[in-house]
Amino acid sequence: MVSYIIKRSLLSIPLLVIISFLTFGLNNLSPLDPVEVILHAQGVPTITDELIVETKAALGMDRPFLIRYLNWFVSCLQLDFGNSYVTGKTVWSLLAPAFLNTLKLTLISAAAIIALSIGLGVISALREGKMTDKSIRGVSFFLTSMPPYWLAALMVWYFSVQLDLLPTSGMDSYESYILPVIVITISYTGIYFRMVRSSMLSNMNEDYVLYGRASGLPEKKITMHILRNSLQVAISVFCMAIPIILGSTVVVENIFAWPGLGTLSVKSILSRDFPIIQAYVLVLAMAFVLFNTVSDIINAAMNPKLRKGH
Amino acid sequence: MKRLQFLLKDKLAAASLSILVVTIVAGIFAPLFAPHDPEEVHMELRYAASSWEYLLGNDHLGRCILSRLIFGIRPSVLWVLAALAVSVGIGAILGFIAGYFRGLTDAVVMRICDVMLSFPGYVMTLAVIGILGVGLENILIAFVLMKWAWFTRIIRTSVMQYAESDYVKFSKVLGVSDIKIITKHMVPVSLPDIAVIASSSFGSMILQLSGFSFLGLGIQAPNAEWGMMLNEAREVMFSKPEFMLAPGLTIIVVVSAINFLSDALQVALDPKLLASKYKLQGQGPASTARLQGKEVA
Repeated sequence: MVSYIIKRSLLSIPLLVIISFLTFGLNNLSPLDPVEVILHAQGVPTITDELIVETKAALGMDRPFLIRYLNWFVSCLQLDFGNSYVTGKTVWSLLAPAFLNTLKLTLISAAAIIALSIGLGVISALREGKMTDKSIRGVSFFLTSMPPYWLAALMVWYFSVQLDLLPTSGMDSYESYILPVIVITISYTGIYFRMVRSSMLSNMNEDYVLYGRASGLPEKKITMHILRNSLQVAISVFCMAIPIILGSTVVVENIFAWPGLGTLSVKSILSRDFPIIQAYVLVLAMAFVLFNTVSDIINAAMNPKLRKGH
Repeated sequence: MKRLQFLLKDKLAAASLSILVVTIVAGIFAPLFAPHDPEEVHMELRYAASSWEYLLGNDHLGRCILSRLIFGIRPSVLWVLAALAVSVGIGAILGFIAGYFRGLTDAVVMRICDVMLSFPGYVMTLAVIGILGVGLENILIAFVLMKWAWFTRIIRTSVMQYAESDYVKFSKVLGVSDIKIITKHMVPVSLPDIAVIASSSFGSMILQLSGFSFLGLGIQAPNAEWGMMLNEAREVMFSKPEFMLAPGLTIIVVVSAINFLSDALQVALDPKLLASKYKLQGQGPASTARLQGKEVA
C-alpha cells in the first residue's frame, strides 16, 4: 500500500509541472500586451512606446519566455504569485482569504450533498419503481434542469425580501451560509444521487446478493452489504466533487456577494488582472490533481484489486 | 427506424423531442417567428405587463420580451449546439484514431486528455474568458477546449470495445483497409454511443453558458440571450420579480426536454436496455457512474 501511495503521488508531479507551464503559457496567448494593461490599470494618461519598454524591463518581461516561466515557477513554489495589476497588493494576500471562504462554503455544501445523495439514492434504489422512487427522481430531474442562479435569485427574493428571514448577501454570520449552501446542494444532489442509486441497483443484481438471500441472511444485513459495495464507487466520485464544487461556485458566489474565489476571479477577469487569474487557475487545477490523487489512493486502500494494476 | 418508433411511443420523450424541434426551428427562423424587433426600444412601454401586442410584456427598455426570447435561442441553444458538434467531432476523430490504432498515438492522445481534464471545467472557461476577453465566442471556444478531451476519452473507450470484436478482427485478416473498417464497421456501431454522450452534455452546457452570460461575461448588450435577460431582470428583482419568470422558465423547459430526451435516447439506442426497459432504467456499470461524476466539472 505504501509503495502504491508513493507511486501514485510521484505520477502526479509531472502533471502538476505541465499544468503550471500551461497556466503560464495561457497568459502569453492574450491579445493584449500585459504591460499596457498594467499601465492602464495604474491610470497612466498617455502610454508611449518608451514607457512600455521601460516598464517591460523593470518587470523583467523582456526576458525569454522560458526564463520568465522558471522564475515564475520558483516564486509560485514559495507562494509568491506576484502583484495584482490593479491594486498592487500581492496576489497571495487577495487569494488566500478568498480561497478559505470558498473552501468553507464548498465543504459545508459537499457535506450536505453527500448526506442527501446517499440518503435519497439508497431510499430510491430500495424502492425502485415505486412512488417514492419516481417522485424523488422526478423532483431531482426538475431541479438539475434549473439554472442555479435563477433558483438563487428566487430564494433571495422570497426568503430575504418577502419574509425577511435571511441576509441577501455577504458572509457575516452563520445565517449567510444557509441560502448559498442550499442552492449549491440542490444543483448537485440531483447528479450525485443518480450515481448512488445506479451503483446500488447494479450491486443489487450481483451474485453475492442472491447467495445471501439463498443462505437466508436477513434483508437488513444484505442491504448493508450492498451499501458497503456501492459506496466504494461513490467515495471516489465524492472526492472529486469537492474540487468540482470549489471551481464552480462562481455563479452562486456572485449572486450572494460571497467574498470568495468566484467573486475574485470574475472581478479580475473584468479588469484584466492577469496575475490573479493565473494564480486562480493554477491553485484550482492543483487542487483538482491533488484530490484526484487522494481519491485514487482511497480507492486502492478499499479495493486491493486496483493496487496490482499499477 | 424501430428505435425511433420506440422513442416516439414514449409520450414524454415525444413531447421533449417536439419542444426541442420547435425551439431549434424558431431559433433558425427567428425573424419569422418573433412578433417584433428584439432590439426595438419603446421607452413609453417600460415594464409593461403582457398585452395582446406584446404577449409576454416589455423589459426595462420597453423591448418585446417574447421576441427577445425567440432571438435568444440563437446564442443560448444553437451556438451551444455548434460548440457541442465541434467538440464531439474532434473527440470522435481523435477517439477513433486512439481507440482503433492504439499504441503510441493512443498513449500520447490520452496523456494530452489527462492534462486537459485536470483543469476543472468552470475554471478553464474562466481562464479562457480572462485571457481572450468577455464575449460569447470566447465562451464557446472555452467549451470546445474543455469538452473535446472528455469526448475523446469516452469515444475511445467505446471504440476500443468494438475494435476488439471478432468481425473487426476478421475484416483485418481479410485485408480490408483500416479506413474502410473504421467507416464501414466502426462508425455505424459507435454512433449511438456518441449520440448519447453528446446529448447528455448539451443541457449542462446550456445552463453554463447562460450562467456566464448572467454574470456579464458572455454576450454583450443589446443582443438577446436568456442568461443576459435574467441578468437584466435581476436589477429590478426586488420590485418586479415577475421579470425573472419568462427567461427562467424557458431555460428550465428546454433543458429538461434535452435531459429527458438524452435519457430516453440512451434507453432507445441500447438494445440491452430496450429488451428490458423497465428493469434496467437508470442502471449502468460502476464505470459509467464514475465517468459521469467527472463530467460534472
